[in-house]
Parts: sequence; C-alpha cells; structure tokens
Amino acid sequence: MLRGTLPEPTPSTAWFWEAAARGELHVQACDACDGRHFPPRPFCPSCGSRDVTALRCSGRATLHSYVINHMVPKDGDGPYAVAVVRLEEGPMMMTNIVDCPQTPEALMLDMALEVVFDRVSDTITLPKFRPAGAAASGEAA
Amino acid sequence: MTRPLASIVGAAETTRLGVLPDMSELDLHADAALNALADCGLTPADIDGIATAGENPAMLAQYLGITPTWVDATNIGGCSFMTHVAHAAAAIQARLCRTVLITHGESGRSRVGNVPWTVPAHSLMGQFELGYTPTMAATLFTIPALRYMKTFGVTEEDLARVTVVQRQWAGFHPRAFRRDPVTIDQVLTSRMIAWPFRILMCCLVTDGGGALIVTSPERAADFPTRPVDVIGTGESVEHLMITEMKEYTASRAFKVAGDAAFASAGIARADVDHLMIYDAFAHVPLYGLEALGFVKPGEAAGFIADGHTAPGGRLPMNTNGGGINYMHSGMYGMYALQEAVRQMRGTAPAGAQVQDAKISVVQGVGGMFGTAGTVVLARR
Repeated sequence: MLRGTLPEPTPSTAWFWEAAARGELHVQACDACDGRHFPPRPFCPSCGSRDVTALRCSGRATLHSYVINHMVPKDGDGPYAVAVVRLEEGPMMMTNIVDCPQTPEALMLDMALEVVFDRVSDTITLPKFRPAGAAASGEAA
Repeated sequence: MTRPLASIVGAAETTRLGVLPDMSELDLHADAALNALADCGLTPADIDGIATAGENPAMLAQYLGITPTWVDATNIGGCSFMTHVAHAAAAIQARLCRTVLITHGESGRSRVGNVPWTVPAHSLMGQFELGYTPTMAATLFTIPALRYMKTFGVTEEDLARVTVVQRQWAGFHPRAFRRDPVTIDQVLTSRMIAWPFRILMCCLVTDGGGALIVTSPERAADFPTRPVDVIGTGESVEHLMITEMKEYTASRAFKVAGDAAFASAGIARADVDHLMIYDAFAHVPLYGLEALGFVKPGEAAGFIADGHTAPGGRLPMNTNGGGINYMHSGMYGMYALQEAVRQMRGTAPAGAQVQDAKISVVQGVGGMFGTAGTVVLARR
C-alpha cells in the first residue's frame, strides 16, 4: 500500500485532521465574503476576515488534473495517480484516486468522484477519492 | 525604450558543466564567480554587492573574500536569479553598492556539498500534499498539463515537439548535455516518468553554475567586455502548493512578472528578437509564450509547430537547448540568463547566434509554476 510522508498537524489545522479521523471532509468558509478555501487557515485569503468557520463537504468532487507517477517508491504498488480534484464546494485538493485502474483510459478528466477515508495512523486519516458509485473494495488504497 | 536600469559587464558559467562529482556545490559557486570576475577584469575586492539563492550569501562572501555593503538572499526557486538582477539594479540606483556579484552553483546530479530542498511534515505542503506521495517536481509541476491539454486540444506529440525543436538549438552548443537530433517518435517512446511526461520531456539533472557581474550603465563602458543593458524587470508569486494555482491553463505569476517587465522596458512584444523561457518540463514554454503575450491562449503549440521558435524562425526561443537539453542543476534560471547575455554580446556559438538580435526576454519560473521573474536585456 502506498505511503507518503505522514502529515504533522499544527494548532491551526488540527481540527481538519480530527474531523477527517471521524470520516468528515471539511473546507473553510468565510462568513464575511462567502469565500471557501483549502488548505485551512485562521482567516480568509480572499478578504482578510478572521470570521471563518468549518464547512462540512458533501464528499462529491470532479477529477481536475493529474499525472500517473511511474517513479514508484520501493514500498509502493505500480504506477499511481497524483491527482487534484475540485470539490463540489469549490476548492481544489490533492489526493489519490482509489478503486480505479491507474490508467489514462480509466482516469477521465471531469469524472465524478466521491471521498473515501484512508486511516494511515492513529491521528491521520487521508481523504482519498474513488469514482462515484464505485463498489467499495474493502481497502481504500 | 527606456534608459537602462543597470548593465551586465561580466558573465560566465562554471569551467565545466554536466557530471562533476569532483566539485562541491560551494566550489561550483566559486568557480563561476571567479570566471565572471576574470571575464570583466575584476577581483573579489572590487565587489560590494552579493546575491545568491540556495547557498547562504554570507558563506559565499566568506569563501570568496568579499566584504559587501548589500546582500540579497532571495530564494523563490529557479527564477531567483532573475529577481537578483532586478534587485541589484535597484540597489545600484539607490547607491547601496556599485558592483554586484550574482552566483549560482548546484551539485544537482552528484549531490556533493549539496543544500537539499526539504519540505517539513508540519508545513502546509507537508500536510496536504506529501501524504499522496508526489515525488517532487516531476509529479507536481506537471499536474496542470492534462487540464491545459484537454482545454486547448494539445497532444502528447505537441509536448514532444518542444524537446525536438529545442534539441535543434542544443546541437549548435558544444557544452549542451544532450546534442544529438531527436524525433517526436523517440521522445514519445522514451521512459515514462509521470504520464503524460516522458523522460525526454523533462529537464536534465546535472551539475554546474554561473555568475553575473552587474553595475551601473554609466560605469559599464569602462569594462573590457561589451555591456549588456538591463532595460526591464518584473517578478511575482502565485502559490507554493500547486493546488492553489488559480487556473491550470495559464500562469498568473508569468503574466504579472512579464507585464511588469515589458512595461518597465517600454517595449512591445514585436520588439523582441530572442526569448528564453525556463523549461523545467516541456509544457512550461507553452504557458510562457501565452502568458507573455506572444500568442493567444491555446496557440503556443501551433506556434512552435509552425517553426517560429526554431532556428530560422521569427522568435528564436531557448537557443541553448533549454533546461531539457543544455543544463539543469535544479535551479535553471542562471543558465537562461547566460544564454541571453551571449546572444546580446554576439558570442553565442555559430548557428545558435541570432543575427542582429537587439532585445532578449528571459522568463524564469520557480517552485511549481508558483513564482516568476522576467528580465529584458538589450544589446548596446
């Protein structure tokens, strides 16, 4: 199973990782200008307001762009996509696409995706995405 | 055209380029610096301004025996050296110093005395990107390309052609790492790195360095070398994390830096005789040609296919072969500047020298499309 460097949360991001561990994906919403942002920060990069709150996402996204990395780490399986998805709520985030062949034919830009949660340590659960409606494989990555 | 902001009076690369396991990164800086000083007849005692990226300029000053009154350690990736030229010009005009040394040295391939680029796990990049196992530039800088290709109908053949055309230029340069002619088919059957990018669409990983000596336009006439005037500069930053690039089909940093440079130089796109666009990967010159306004969005691949950037074309681009063919130690910007200086001095190798070229635009990029620096040079 593919394992990248594990994130180390900071005081301003811990809430995001705590929510992910519960199986919830959040972005940040600005109550002053209605901007939505990711990654989280304790203010809004659109208007500068500190009046920001967590917005729980639907988990729906589309595949915005990606590459299929052939420089596979020693402990990793075959070539894999390093992808960027556009969340239904607006922001983009990096991820891996799971439950899907890692081929240009299967990974079509703009395809509908849904979030799945990959628990990689006691504190870190990585949001990943699979084709919408795909049958769960029993393993997230 | 406006009055020059500064002049480049000394320019040199390291004595050797390529695979240099016998030289440390610091020694690559020093070798380039000594070559540039010799180029214009100076010694370290003549230098009162120093700028570099990656290496600490204090270490470099100590090593070379320089006592500066102005120091710039700006490090925004491979375009840092474009910003050093801009900052040096401003510092000279503000009388903070008179003669600036800008150096680059990098043991990118051999990793001798190398200052590695690290991403801490608690940084935003560490938290929100590294868990998905990108293996740095080749899988981050390249991510926007598929969106660009789908939007504009650009093909893998179009990406391959960037390498093929630039290889024609590299063939004129004895010091280029990859010089033999290459076909689109050869590029498209070379080893896969990160689809759609094959290894021949990716920059080299080599060892080397370069240095520039910058002074005022007035003093430039006192040097033995033909001065190259800096007539415009621009710089900008868009993001560090590729997920925060606003549009995957265009670079905001390129556009902001380029527009500022053209405005300060007081020139039009049609005035440009020679162009260098930092080509970390084959898609970057496509974004650059469009962001700088030489073609409209989506037209760059066709512009290259029509031969306009190739030898004999009306906008010769990346005439050293680029980072894909000539040299790329990790931060390529210095080598693009060196080639532009050669072109404006009229000292590029036979075949590569653009006849009667009077204005050169050098476009740098840093990070993963995140930063940019633009320098406009003029023949005196």
